[in-house]
Amino acid sequence: MKRLFPILAVLTALLLVFALYQALVVAPTERTMGDVQRIFYYHVPSAWTAFLLFLVNLVASVVYLVKRNPIADALAVVSAEVGVVFCTVVLVTGPIWARPVWGIWWTWDIRLTSTLVLWLIYVSYLMLRRFSDSAQTPVLAAALAIFGALDVPLVYFSIWYFRTQHPQPVIGGGGSIDPRMLRVLMINWMAFLCFAFLMCWSRYRLETLHREVEEAEALETLLDVR
Amino acid sequence: MNSIRFLYAAYVATWLIHAIYLGSLVRRYGLLRQRLKEISKK
Repeated sequence: MKRLFPILAVLTALLLVFALYQALVVAPTERTMGDVQRIFYYHVPSAWTAFLLFLVNLVASVVYLVKRNPIADALAVVSAEVGVVFCTVVLVTGPIWARPVWGIWWTWDIRLTSTLVLWLIYVSYLMLRRFSDSAQTPVLAAALAIFGALDVPLVYFSIWYFRTQHPQPVIGGGGSIDPRMLRVLMINWMAFLCFAFLMCWSRYRLETLHREVEEAEALETLLDVR
Repeated sequence: MNSIRFLYAAYVATWLIHAIYLGSLVRRYGLLRQRLKEISKK
């Protein structure tokens, strides 16, 4: 396992470089927006990766509520934290794209607002995990995660069912995309998924170590009392 | 439309966010290893 991580890290780095080359050089230039449209190759895969991680968080939280499994609890924390990182990328790259295309950085459109709310829910989840010492924290966090996950379909389907300034979906929902652009999009998503997997792996190791330290501290306190 | 600087800004921002997060993971890992060493010394 110790050897596997650096091998996967090198392969992921190569894939990310290849995906960057595809996004900046190989993908055709969009006719109306020009080069700024290439932000799409980082923005959309980051959003899909965040959604997937929040789904993992939901499943792990439900498993924890049902079985009280500490591994499920650790997976829930890990997926929420890495998911917030990818959601932050979405919220930063979106306005950078919007400024030259719409002429504004931000609008209180349903897709943008629901994404911001999603980010805020998972940031509060992480703050609850970080600052609460109660034994009930994992249970409360798991319940919050279920409510947070309800926002994911709202974000995703908001551009299908509501009038919005955000571009229409590129896959399904009436939108369309050049097959060469779709290929580059998928390569970038694969690269980001591999990267997210490695980030989750590292964060899981950190979480395991954190729990070891907590146990050692509890044992230390117990010995001090005696 | 001079959009190329927005494109670069978005890509740089993405990698900056990831770099900050990875840096925080390394820092937290180091702190926990150190704490574990301190406890085991006692």
